[in-house]
Amino acid sequence: MGFDPSYSARTFTSVGTRPVRPDGVDKVTGRARYGADFNMPGQLVGRILRSPHAHARVRRIDTSKAEKLKGVKAVITAADLPDLTNGDSAMYDILDNCMARQKALYDGHAVAAVAAIDARTAKQALELIEVDYEMLPHVTDVDEAMKASAPLLHETVFTGGVDPKPTAPSNIANRSQYGHGDVEAGFKEADAVVERSFKTEQTHQGYIEPHACVASVNSDGTSELWVCTQGHFVYRQQCAALLGLDVSKLRVTSSEIGGGFGGKTHIWAEPVALALSRKAGRPVKLVMSREEVFRASGPTSATSIEVKIGARKDGTITAASAMLSYSCGPYGGMWAELGAMTSFACYNLKNVKTVGYEVLVNRPKTAAYRAPSAPMAAFAVESVIDELAQKIGMNPVEFRIRNAAREGTKSSYGPVFGPIGIGPTLEAARKHPHMKAPLGMNQGRGMACGFWFNFGGQTCTDLNIGTDGTVTLTVGTVDVGGSRASLSLVAAEELGIPYAQVQTVVADTGTLGYNDMTDGSRGTFSSSMATISAARNAIGVMRERAARMWDITVDDVVWEDGHATAVGEKHGNLSPLSVKDIAAVAAKTGGPIAGHSELVADGAGVSFATHICDVEVDPETGGTRILRYTVVQDAGKAVHPAYVEGQYQGGAAQGIGWALNEEYVYGEDGCLQNPGFLDYRVPVCSDLPMIDTQILEIPNPNHPYGVRGVGETSIVPPLAAIANAVSNAVGVRMTHIPMSPPRILAALEAERAH
Amino acid sequence: MVEVTLWASLGAAAGGKQKLEVEAKDIRELFRNLAEQYPALGPFIERGIAVSIDGVIYRDTWSTELPKDAEIFLLPRLAGG
Amino acid sequence: MSGIAVSTTINGDDVEFLCQFEETLLDVLRDHLGLMGAKEGCGTGDCGACSVIVDGRLVCSCLVLGAEAAGRRIETIEGMATGDKLHPLQAKFLEHAALQCGFCTPGFLMAAKYLLASNPDPTEEQIRFGLAGNLCRCTGYDKIVRAVQDAARVMRGD
Repeated sequence: MGFDPSYSARTFTSVGTRPVRPDGVDKVTGRARYGADFNMPGQLVGRILRSPHAHARVRRIDTSKAEKLKGVKAVITAADLPDLTNGDSAMYDILDNCMARQKALYDGHAVAAVAAIDARTAKQALELIEVDYEMLPHVTDVDEAMKASAPLLHETVFTGGVDPKPTAPSNIANRSQYGHGDVEAGFKEADAVVERSFKTEQTHQGYIEPHACVASVNSDGTSELWVCTQGHFVYRQQCAALLGLDVSKLRVTSSEIGGGFGGKTHIWAEPVALALSRKAGRPVKLVMSREEVFRASGPTSATSIEVKIGARKDGTITAASAMLSYSCGPYGGMWAELGAMTSFACYNLKNVKTVGYEVLVNRPKTAAYRAPSAPMAAFAVESVIDELAQKIGMNPVEFRIRNAAREGTKSSYGPVFGPIGIGPTLEAARKHPHMKAPLGMNQGRGMACGFWFNFGGQTCTDLNIGTDGTVTLTVGTVDVGGSRASLSLVAAEELGIPYAQVQTVVADTGTLGYNDMTDGSRGTFSSSMATISAARNAIGVMRERAARMWDITVDDVVWEDGHATAVGEKHGNLSPLSVKDIAAVAAKTGGPIAGHSELVADGAGVSFATHICDVEVDPETGGTRILRYTVVQDAGKAVHPAYVEGQYQGGAAQGIGWALNEEYVYGEDGCLQNPGFLDYRVPVCSDLPMIDTQILEIPNPNHPYGVRGVGETSIVPPLAAIANAVSNAVGVRMTHIPMSPPRILAALEAERAH
Repeated sequence: MVEVTLWASLGAAAGGKQKLEVEAKDIRELFRNLAEQYPALGPFIERGIAVSIDGVIYRDTWSTELPKDAEIFLLPRLAGG
Repeated sequence: MSGIAVSTTINGDDVEFLCQFEETLLDVLRDHLGLMGAKEGCGTGDCGACSVIVDGRLVCSCLVLGAEAAGRRIETIEGMATGDKLHPLQAKFLEHAALQCGFCTPGFLMAAKYLLASNPDPTEEQIRFGLAGNLCRCTGYDKIVRAVQDAARVMRGD
């Protein structure tokens, strides 16, 4: 039976409401169980020994003293994690990152691990491990790392994407290029050109819950992993591959997750916990400290970006180009490439060229952070767009509206856009009362647009009708922000029953088919699509059962308002059957009733947002206060509006922290200076005002209810909106993120000196 | 017959050609024929690439049909957060 | 025997436990007493996820030694509801969707409870500064503030 995912308009009864979430009471009473809230009998405490050096060859590790310490049950090094990657370089990099095989490549890189009976013994054991390091010169700055004279991280890396292939190794792992037209010719046509260089510092997703897991490997090869993750099926696959375990014998349960934002889509310490458990023959609980999270999980890229845009007097952009260098940590990735793809995606351009460079540095491995790579590119581009608008004397919103991408625009990354929402978000922003709020001394307003792809992906869902007529919906996408409520609403909507009759649970890897992880804003989009499909299948079964109960043909049975209804004059005396009625006799009519769905959700569609921000900058301290903040974003269809608003506000808040204060600070020694929340300053309650949100609903033609992913796009515009606001407030163009007080003061000082 | 545009690095693996004409009615046939004509594309296809059909980005599901005259673009498999 | 014996009161109940000298109150609650509502987000008193109330004072339990709990009156998130009846703050957090991942929520509820006990009719600014010791990375604090405002209203009987 074919499932048609295309949109069809309807009036909703459940979707669009704001009920309390099913996991809510557990979360406000402290009962919900996160990664570190689980224990197994006999479990040991796992701890990791980490390199204190930014770059060093690991000549020798002597674990003998640690092994002899009473209470220590296992000590491992890379020798206990044999290379089973079989030429898969991406998996090899993951393996090496989990535990250094030849070189420590950043301050915090794991080199050994212990499992002991308690925390005190584990800590003592770490101190007894002797590591012979050969210090090597290091490089942590993205621009420095690109120079020919920079210390090399790997002798075997030659810049990819360059023809002819270079003969000398480099820290530039790859070059990528996107665009169309002729930018040289385009710039010649321009009446005004703005060219600027920008830098953004490295930030961390900052989830409040550190990585934590309990791993248990049995001697017969069966194993269990309890872990906070955004993708337990992916974790299972990767852990099994690295440890040589049978995928089907490794059961991964995702705990409740205390934030991820992309940082928990990669494995960090989990293979180490499994390897410790395997060696010790007992379960091992491994929890990262906050310092370890900063030093050794996956922050986002630090970047160096050059942007050049030209426009005619009438406001039409004639050419746009960007060169983007993104840090990847010690292993290559496609971070700059994503930046190169998204940079100019908001605009309708005849001539555009973007070039991305992936740069290796002695920093932890870069991981995805909510719309990865897009915020930095947007910062650079939207800043130049603003400056160019000012140069030709055009209102910044008008300038963007004039050049906005629309249906039929050839995107800067290649494909031609279908129907998209950037126009509407700009129009809504233009009309928003925020634009009319008065501004005083030292205050400035900025706005910016943002773009993100959004994904679909492999999704499985089971919808089981209980014997009492209530519904259990089992999904495989981890609930990061309230999606269980949204999915219950979707099931209730499709079945025509009250929300309270649906209970949504997240299954483990042993009880449901494969599900891609919750990233790419796909959680609600994909699982709701599979839920609708599963619900329709269940309805099909219930119609057949009703037909059997009535002794009529199923063709005469329709599903209406949560009931099987017999149609046709001759069945006029048959009262409709509820889910409860049908379930009550299920044992007799054919057994348990369920609907399943296994599909690849596709056609997620791109998403746009426009943000407006007002700031006040204190010219004496350089401190910035956010006065007003508005997010306008298209959600397609907001299933649970409160959680859609929550995503908009949360993304904006992370963007505000990134724009004004958050950065990784490295010392001369290449070591991270601020691996804690005191000096890695994320926004607190008193830093922010209420964040206004406007949800636009332009239905996604590829989803039955028109749903679009929403989780990521909201972090793309803030860096730019705030930079534009600050630049307007102080009268100086800001080009270095974060715009912390010292940077603002330095910019003001430099301006005064002119 | 569909016209396929390859992103930069893919183009290099296809002998420097950015635009190709391939006989294919769905993604599976497209990949098969591409890999046959340009063996260097094989590893990229293995690792996973995204297919944009008339502006909408799809996974590499074999059965996805390629409408006649559709604009087909091959992009790297994207990461999200 | 190297442990320290401690007698204390937690959520109104008499409790006795044994702890090592270096263990924090947070370690004791989570590892010895099965009270896992308080979370470790940083271990250095910067995030507030471990917030509890000791002798009527809001503290980060990661900065209090287990041994210091002796003879004191401790309140944790597990004692906030009365039987099956949620505290107004808990109910309002749910109603206003003031949590997304929920990890910081127990800490926020403790801090909000403490705030409203000393200031039952706070301004928005007072709420924001009163909760500035608790980090939330998901919500941007907007709905948290609204939930506290609404709970305060209910608690005042307005």
